[in-house]
Amino acid sequence: MLTISQELADKIVSHARADHPDEACGVIAGREGVPERFIPMENAERSPTFYRFDSMEQFRVWREMDDRDEEPVVIYHSHTATEAYPSRTDVSYASEPNAHYVLVSTREEDEVEFRSYRILDGEISEEEVRFIP
Amino acid sequence: MAIEVRIPTILRNYTDGAKAVDAEGATLDELIANLESRHPGIKDRLVDQGALRRFVNVYLNDEDVRFLGGLGTPVSDGDTVTVLPAVAGG
Repeated sequence: MLTISQELADKIVSHARADHPDEACGVIAGREGVPERFIPMENAERSPTFYRFDSMEQFRVWREMDDRDEEPVVIYHSHTATEAYPSRTDVSYASEPNAHYVLVSTREEDEVEFRSYRILDGEISEEEVRFIP
Repeated sequence: MAIEVRIPTILRNYTDGAKAVDAEGATLDELIANLESRHPGIKDRLVDQGALRRFVNVYLNDEDVRFLGGLGTPVSDGDTVTVLPAVAGG
């Protein structure tokens, strides 16, 4: 299960809406599995169907997390025309075994889809999301 | 002295869980060959058909080696090489 503050979840959704129709992506860093620090990332692909963190930005952010004893607790991205479910490419490139992969869909303007998954060895398992104040 | 190689979580099964290991070589290619001799299987996760895998980022100190010289990039004692899988998807 992913437990996340409503404030952080709202930030993910706002980022996804702002970058629509391109996919938005980013990280929430934290310790011991608790998501705390919101880090929106640039989508180096600037694409409605693909995302990739910019390699130098990723390097800086990962080093900063390392220095602060943090981990990428949440890795999020948006789907802009399809449901908030991991695509085949999402599964094949998933490389953080401890992360919650959050998917947001912006296909409906007035409806939020916010779902979370573990992706491990090519297997997707959806998990419950609990929003806390 | 040696070159420190920082290993991402997903490849630590090749390094007995170590976050960083030492290796030697004059180029990145040699360094990875040396790494393979110490941690068999790891090379295949980094290199495919003589080039770095597209979704693996390798950094020499603070630079992405793609902008330096790829596998031919010279490395020397005291350098730090960092491996990070690209975060990407569709």
